[in-house]
Amino acid sequence: MSTDVELKTGPAVAQPDGAAAGYRAGRTLTYGAEFARQWRRKRTQLALGFMVVLPIILLIAFELGGEDDDGRSGRGQFSQLSDAAISGGLNFAMFALFVSASFLLVVVVALFHGDTVASEASWGSLRYLLAVPVPRARLLGIKLAVALSYSALAILTLLGTALILGTARYGWHPLQSGIAAEIPAGEGTLRLLATAGFLGINMLVVAGLAFLLSVLTDAPLGAVGGAVLLYIVSSILDQIEALGELRNFLPTHFAQAYLGLLTTPMQFDDIIKGTISAVCYFAAFCALAFYRFSRKDVVS
Amino acid sequence: MGPGVPRRTVAVMRALAARVRAKINRRWIAGGVGVVLLAGLAAWAGWPEDPGYRTVDERVAVRTGPAGDQDVTLDTRLYLPDGASAGKKVPALLLAHGFGGTKESVALDAQDLAGLGYAVLTWTAQGFGASTGQIHLNSPDYEVRDAQQLLDRLAKRDDIQLDAAGDPRVGVLGGSYGGALSLLLAAQDKRVDAIVPMITWNDLGRSLFAQSAATTDDGVFKQAWAGVFFSSGMSGGRGRGGGLDLESLGAGGDANGDGDLGAEGDGGADGDGGANGQAPAGGAAGPGNLNPACGRWAADICQTYLRVAAAGRLDADSRQQLAARSPASVLTQIKAPTLLIQGLADSLFPLNEADANARGIAANGTPVRVAWFSGGHDGGDGPQSDSDRLKFLTAQWFDHYLKGNGEAPADSFTYSRITGLDAVDRGTMATGYQVTDYPGLAGQGTVQVPVSGGPRTVANPPNGTPAALSSLPGTGSGALSSFVNGVVSDLPGQHARFESAPLEQTVSVVGTPSVQIRAASPTGEAVLYVKLYDVDPNGSAALSMGLIAPLRLTGLPTSIDKAQPVQVTLPGIVRDFEAGHRLRITIATADQSYLGPSAPVDYTVAVGPADGGGLVTLPTVPGTPIATADALWLYVLLGLLALLAVGLVLVIFVARRRQRRVDHSVSAAHADTPLWVRGLRKTYGDFVAVDSIDFTVERGQVVGLLGPNGAGKTTSLRVLMGLTQATAGEVLIFGHRLAPGAPVLSRIGALVEGPGFLPHLSGEQNLAAYWRATGRPWEEARFDDALAIAGLGDAVKRKVKNYSHGMKQRLAVAQAMLGLPELLVLDEPTDGLDPPQIAEMRRVLQRYASDGRAVLVSSHLLAEVEQTCTHAVVVHKGRVVASGRVDEIVGDSPTTLLDVTDIDLASKTLDRLDGVTGYAVDGERTLVVDLGDVSRTDAVSALVRAGVGIDRVTPRRRLEDAFLALVGDSTAGSGDR
Repeated sequence: MSTDVELKTGPAVAQPDGAAAGYRAGRTLTYGAEFARQWRRKRTQLALGFMVVLPIILLIAFELGGEDDDGRSGRGQFSQLSDAAISGGLNFAMFALFVSASFLLVVVVALFHGDTVASEASWGSLRYLLAVPVPRARLLGIKLAVALSYSALAILTLLGTALILGTARYGWHPLQSGIAAEIPAGEGTLRLLATAGFLGINMLVVAGLAFLLSVLTDAPLGAVGGAVLLYIVSSILDQIEALGELRNFLPTHFAQAYLGLLTTPMQFDDIIKGTISAVCYFAAFCALAFYRFSRKDVVS
Repeated sequence: MGPGVPRRTVAVMRALAARVRAKINRRWIAGGVGVVLLAGLAAWAGWPEDPGYRTVDERVAVRTGPAGDQDVTLDTRLYLPDGASAGKKVPALLLAHGFGGTKESVALDAQDLAGLGYAVLTWTAQGFGASTGQIHLNSPDYEVRDAQQLLDRLAKRDDIQLDAAGDPRVGVLGGSYGGALSLLLAAQDKRVDAIVPMITWNDLGRSLFAQSAATTDDGVFKQAWAGVFFSSGMSGGRGRGGGLDLESLGAGGDANGDGDLGAEGDGGADGDGGANGQAPAGGAAGPGNLNPACGRWAADICQTYLRVAAAGRLDADSRQQLAARSPASVLTQIKAPTLLIQGLADSLFPLNEADANARGIAANGTPVRVAWFSGGHDGGDGPQSDSDRLKFLTAQWFDHYLKGNGEAPADSFTYSRITGLDAVDRGTMATGYQVTDYPGLAGQGTVQVPVSGGPRTVANPPNGTPAALSSLPGTGSGALSSFVNGVVSDLPGQHARFESAPLEQTVSVVGTPSVQIRAASPTGEAVLYVKLYDVDPNGSAALSMGLIAPLRLTGLPTSIDKAQPVQVTLPGIVRDFEAGHRLRITIATADQSYLGPSAPVDYTVAVGPADGGGLVTLPTVPGTPIATADALWLYVLLGLLALLAVGLVLVIFVARRRQRRVDHSVSAAHADTPLWVRGLRKTYGDFVAVDSIDFTVERGQVVGLLGPNGAGKTTSLRVLMGLTQATAGEVLIFGHRLAPGAPVLSRIGALVEGPGFLPHLSGEQNLAAYWRATGRPWEEARFDDALAIAGLGDAVKRKVKNYSHGMKQRLAVAQAMLGLPELLVLDEPTDGLDPPQIAEMRRVLQRYASDGRAVLVSSHLLAEVEQTCTHAVVVHKGRVVASGRVDEIVGDSPTTLLDVTDIDLASKTLDRLDGVTGYAVDGERTLVVDLGDVSRTDAVSALVRAGVGIDRVTPRRRLEDAFLALVGDSTAGSGDR
């Protein structure tokens, strides 16, 4: 600490609304600033890094695995997805998505969304952002946008790595799938992208839930874990056929609808219903999050 | 609580309990509301809806048999829609069950139809369940006559609509066994006004003895299916009936119809001891004591079965017997408009049965409509889209022909093609198609595809074993892999393959393909099974729905050269043969579902006429896909997105308007006052954190906010930072009213409740990240000044998570000073600092305020405040107990502590010194002196001159005195009030 510091300022001209000279509410915590804040975090780098590593692990597993022992498990015809995984880059990428969809992506998306506000609260930096002041709705909006961006980036990273690796190893071939005929490579690419897109949309449920929990709690682990937990509970309930029509309202009911994109012609019915469901949940969770945060006493 | 417990402890615990209660109360209320909402939702979803009908169970006695003299009791149930009465008569429906079922197996359909406003009469056919009698296999003298008497009963009811006396307005529907009944009843009884027969037969003989070539009537015995049926009749409906019970067709509900069947069979057998009123020949009465060979089968049918099943051939008697039970012979008499529904996955009653019915009935000029769906005896209900379509078609049919509502249904033909798996609900997905007119099985056009290969020799295994497996009769519903692409395993040596070149374009086959084959046999006879495979480029072959064409050829030459080509009609299918795929015709010698010759024999087989290659003729139909609900859902989605967008805009608009309505006026009187607080109050539920606080911070002041722990200091600062909303009171910062997020907050630098940094960044990066978040110009930050104040040296490049508490604290002060804000608010700034740093901090703060800025420091360290601050505000229990200049609070005349060698001499010396206000002896060698006007220097020199030795002179900390006087020695914070 030094006392030689010259603490003189020039004539500070405040704005009519009382703000300091250079302050504009709309310029606080920009998307870029928040993106950079998150980018430097280990967990961001690890999560994205794993999206690169997973296809490599899969590739090694397929290379070491040798001959298939014909033991098709579960899911009937769709198990052909894994059987066909080494038939080309497109199939390899599809397989990578397929294996990550039910859990890995859920965790990653929950991490990006559940951690974002809760970790700032747990570090104590949230109150300093609010004292800047960053308007609360803006803070939440930017954080949501950045978390969504990172989630999309994670899916695209996984897809891109798997596609490049798979194509390099197994070549560029038409997409094989279940009972449908082969899909030409060009159209197959579109379907792969559509699959990734729907996965992303479906992940909005997790995103919204984790984000809401992130606002409600100061424990990042609680928010991430809570979102994953609820997602799993919903998946389990979805297995109980006795629930009948009620299952249609479970956020995970349409999680596997992307498989409809692999048939010919494509089945959009469940995709659309799934999108409606995901968008509804996302909107509801986000609305709650914004409502709560804008009225919340920040005491951490 | 015992008497020894201090009163304060009691108070503390009471306060704590109250706080916990308050918290719990709020949680409970919120949780309770949630639970109630959830429970309400579940109740709403699970609440038994008003079914819209009532049921009447009745045992109905009918007289049946060729002479009408045999008594049979039928177990019936009538579903009456609400409101049906003599004043409001309703049309009726007879809903017949399938083979092996009971009235219960059609309950779901009956409920649906009753909901549409029909009185639905269901009954258990004689020989099944709780009905008495025997199974006569839809004999016109028995089962059909029973149904006629049920029509009589309907006609007698006063709530059923009548066409004429004794002639109710009635439709008949049913699947399989019940479907045939509807056809036979419509032929025998003109009172029937419309029928919907589903997955049923035209000619029972041809169904059970399949023949795909036109050469002879003699077919190949479908032993697997016949056995399944016969055994389920043996037990009077008790045995295995899986896959037969397809009444839920069109109900879209219970796909797993075989489970309840067994249970009902039991009920029937146990429930009514005299159920089997007519003792079969050679059998005893009562289901518990059935003829071991025939069970509840009528003797004549039973004997026929035993005879033909053993022989594997139909004889004249049996042919006649089955013909009497087949609609084929009576189609010309059917005048009731007929909607024929047939399954594509049906190896028992294939499409040609419905086709024959359709042509026969249409020949009378009777309206006929045909629909196919991707289910049947092998495929169950099929996909949901099909169930919905069939439901719609059925309702439309009866709506017009019974109720007279709506236009006459079009003749258009609808069918579906399996397009994949339902990713969400499992099962299959199908796309519906329609064409204007029923094209029959030959299609509207044909495509001919040559298949090649020379004559091949194939072996018939002895006793037909081992044999290929094409379908699994009786396993029924929906196990996709078992029927969409078949489960066929052709055995080596038993089959010959003839393949085409890859198709140049996709062929949409709808109907029965055909192919010519030739065969030679040393015995002059041959039983062969012809299959049409779809072979994809990878070589994997699919047999559509597992359907095969069995044929029995007679009069064959022993040499293939002399064999005449035979036209084989393959099973009807709906399938797209994709471009690049090949067709494969396989001719096999044995199949587990059929009974072939038992002697081993070698056949020679070939395709096409001798002088040319084989040609597969594929019927095609240009169907138009039926629009599904997809489009509707898409509009729902688009509408939802639009709604969300509008909602978002609306919310933003309202928020802006509310923002604008907020009082933005600037109080001119306080425009130059950094901080002006009046009546600030903050409560959490019942708990009062801050009662009422007033104070002012002017430019140039360093104000200390003093108070014991829990006095409300931090809460007040939180409000000042806009982190929490004040319950009441007014805070003006430079005249601007404070609210969370108010722009004027940008003129305050703060350190509240300890540092808050991103642990993974270095100190320098943290400050940079913070300033970037403010969005203010870089040069306003005065980074170097801030870093100099932090005085972290090179440590500023290290990650914050490695910092000591004091380092973080200094960085936090530096962060608060970034941009040199006009008001600096610091909460316990010296926390964790060592004494030299505290001294530095003191100087920094004093200098900070000297340039027209102001500092508000909260602390519980009195010395620090006394030495640092110009002003102090003492807070206790959420209230300000004193405020003003520090020296005012302390008082004018500070006391001094003197440690002296001779306390008496010192006392006398002080007595003589003018201006000393007073003194007191404190211990053996210490004097507490109020020096009054006398300076400390004068007093000390006077004492020394008098010969008093002085060890120590300490100015007494009067703020502490003042503070203790104000606050009392209570250590309880405001939270413990």
